[in-house]
Amino acid sequence: MSIAAILLLSAGTFFFATGVIGFLRFPDFYSRMHATGKGDTLGAVLMLAGLALYNLDGGFSLGNLLVSMKLLFIGVFWFLANPTATHAILRAAFDSGLMPWTKDGKPVIEWPPKSQEDT
Amino acid sequence: MESFFLAIGLILGLLILLSLYRGVFGPTLFDRIIGVGFVGSKTLVLLVLMGFMYGRIDMFVDISLAYSILIFIGTLVFAKYFKSKGAM
Repeated sequence: MSIAAILLLSAGTFFFATGVIGFLRFPDFYSRMHATGKGDTLGAVLMLAGLALYNLDGGFSLGNLLVSMKLLFIGVFWFLANPTATHAILRAAFDSGLMPWTKDGKPVIEWPPKSQEDT
Repeated sequence: MESFFLAIGLILGLLILLSLYRGVFGPTLFDRIIGVGFVGSKTLVLLVLMGFMYGRIDMFVDISLAYSILIFIGTLVFAKYFKSKGAM
C-alpha cells in the first residue's frame, strides 16, 4: 500500500513541478494558464489520492476510513473547483481587454465584435 | 516514510517560492492572482503532509478541506472584482 502511496506522491510532485516550470517560462498570460490550470489540478489530486492510500496503511478502522474518504473528497472537490476558478480568471482577463500574445502582434480576434453586437 | 514526507514537503516549499516569483514580478495583474492560487493549492497538499508528520491527520484533513474551499471562493471573488475594474 505504501509503495502505491510513494508512486502517487512522486507523480503528483512531478506534475506540480511541470506546472511551476510552465508558469514561469511561458510568454503570455493565457499560455501560462495552460500549465497552471492542468498541472495544478492533476498534481493535487494525485498527491491527495496517494495520501489517502497511505492513510489506509494503518488498518481499516472507521477513523482511518473516514479520514481517507475526506482526503478523497478534497481531491474530487479540487478536481471540480480548480478548472472553474481557472475559467473565471480567464474570462475576467479576457473581458478586461488582455489580448493573447501573437508573434506578429496582430490581435487574434477583434473584440468586442464590431459588426453584429450579439453578446 | 516520515523522511519521505519531509522531502516531499521541502520540494513543495521550493515550488511555492518559485511560483511566488511570478506572484511578485508578474507583468499583468492576473498573473499575480494565478500565482496566489498556485501557492494555495500547494499549501493544501502541504497541510495534509504536515498532518501526517505530526500524527494528527484527522485535524489537518478538516483544515485543508476548509482551506481548499477558501482558495476556490477567493479566486472567484478576485475574478469577479477585477473583471469590472479592468486593471491591466
